Amino acid sequence: MVAESAMEASSLRIREVRKSFPAPDDPATRRLALDGISLSLAAGELVSLVGPSGCGKSTLLRLIAGLDSPDSGELMVGAESIVGPNAERGLVFQDPNLFPWLTVRRNIEAGLAARHVLHENRHEVDEFMRLVGLESFADAYPHHLSGGMAQRVALARALINHPKVLLLDEPLGALDAFTRMRMQDEVLRLWQARRTTMLLVTHDIDEAIYMSDRIVIMTQRPGRIERTIPVALRRPRDRSSADFLQLRGEILELLHFAGNAVAI
Amino acid sequence: MLQSETGPRIAEVDQAWTEGAPRQAPVVSRAASLRTWLPVTAATVICLGAHWFVSTTEPPAETRSYFIFLWSVLGVSIVLAAAQVGWPSLRRWMRQMGPIFAAALLVLVGWELITAGFRWLPLPYFPSPAGVFQSLINDRALLFDSTWHSLILLLGGYALGVIAGLISGICIGWSSPVRYWGMPVLKVVGPIPATAWIPLAMVVSPSAVFSAAALIALAVWFPVTMLTASGISNTRASYLDVARTLGAGRRYLIFRVAIPAALPSIFIGLFMGLGASFLTLVVAETVGVKSGLGWYVAWAQGWAEYGKVFAALIIMAAFFSTIMTVLFKVRDRVLVWQKGVIKW
Repeated sequence: MVAESAMEASSLRIREVRKSFPAPDDPATRRLALDGISLSLAAGELVSLVGPSGCGKSTLLRLIAGLDSPDSGELMVGAESIVGPNAERGLVFQDPNLFPWLTVRRNIEAGLAARHVLHENRHEVDEFMRLVGLESFADAYPHHLSGGMAQRVALARALINHPKVLLLDEPLGALDAFTRMRMQDEVLRLWQARRTTMLLVTHDIDEAIYMSDRIVIMTQRPGRIERTIPVALRRPRDRSSADFLQLRGEILELLHFAGNAVAI
Repeated sequence: MLQSETGPRIAEVDQAWTEGAPRQAPVVSRAASLRTWLPVTAATVICLGAHWFVSTTEPPAETRSYFIFLWSVLGVSIVLAAAQVGWPSLRRWMRQMGPIFAAALLVLVGWELITAGFRWLPLPYFPSPAGVFQSLINDRALLFDSTWHSLILLLGGYALGVIAGLISGICIGWSSPVRYWGMPVLKVVGPIPATAWIPLAMVVSPSAVFSAAALIALAVWFPVTMLTASGISNTRASYLDVARTLGAGRRYLIFRVAIPAALPSIFIGLFMGLGASFLTLVVAETVGVKSGLGWYVAWAQGWAEYGKVFAALIIMAAFFSTIMTVLFKVRDRVLVWQKGVIKW
């Protein structure tokens, strides 16, 4: 029963959120970036946001993280509305943004140090370094790490605070294809181990199908949710199964990227 | 999986490590081994020859000290030449630095020939190296005392300026109200050379030493404030965003994110401030303070003892350069995480 309510507390509800920014060419007018976004994530769900660049995916993530506030609408985690950034909503960017002046270990500790709970939770640091397979790099500085390793450190740094919701803003976008597929499995492993609610922004359809329970497709200018597609494939998923490829074809069709484009 | 992903990076690190460690001594040709020890020894012999040739015209005392100095250099160079045979790291250092030392010794030869040898330059303004060396020895107590006073004044003023500069720089860089009111002050007051305040400082302050320290602090304060403020305000926004989502409060954001991120810029400010502090120190000692190397130079010049002037200049070069080196060493320690820093 306790576990049940704890799960509920990590659900995410977004209702009718609008956000506009001053237009870069004419500061007097405002341009709508998000127009009435409504989206709910059940606790422990992994949902992907897919859409063309400029559709407001990252803006939405920043709103959920609490780094920006919406013009109108409501964002809630469990029963609490989001008013500002907080350790219960972790955020991982495409650039790992590791603090270059800290070693791998200290980067992972940063979340605990920031909340003044490092002393009590020091044992967890080793646990998380093992979790992402970086024990032997504890004292290395970020500029010695490859892109994949740095992103794993960034994941561990975000996860050590035990966030209820983990927001991933194209976290694997800068990695090469092979590292990327390995990292997808790694993120899935972390997700299954911890059952964190995850919202993943990506523009890789395969990644979205491979990883998520649902795929939310957004359109641009202003950003709106066009459709939500449930992914009912059984895990672990096979990237080359017929069902996988069929779903992929449907989504590409929906995004007007199917192979039979009309010649002009 | 880890290995394949990190392969090339580890190799780079490995290489960086081994470059610092002694390698197996390669087989060297006779010419290469000569090149290791010959330049310094040969240059010293030339020095001795030139000095012996010139010394017939100089007072005996001056000649003797410089002879002793040159013979010691020759002795050391021969000892090093023998020691390097079984000491690879010493050999590498000698091969690296030998030509520089040899060139410095040849400059001494040129100097001696121009001054004492052919008397191309008027005395007493341009004494020979032997004369300067003698002044250095004769006046060593006073020179040491002057250096000590300069050091105390410099470090006092510099520390004061750095502390003030860091505080004002952090405040201006972090808080926009402080920037609004602080920047105009900085823009108007900062560019005035600290030495321009000397007449005013001497009137206002009861003690010359105190006002000199304040002027040095002022000279240091401006660049440190400027570079600290710009470093803080240019902190990558994404570092601050990440820290906020990790639960960081304002203290953490300032002291654990913005300041470390600004450190490379802060060190440039410390470096520029140090240069300004040397200038201000020497000028303040020349015109107001009755001690220190700046005072010593002015005093020696007053007695037309140019050997002492040059001696003090040599001490200043070594003194300032050492302090600069210390600053760079500190920076290298603090900024180990940064790639591609300029070496001093």
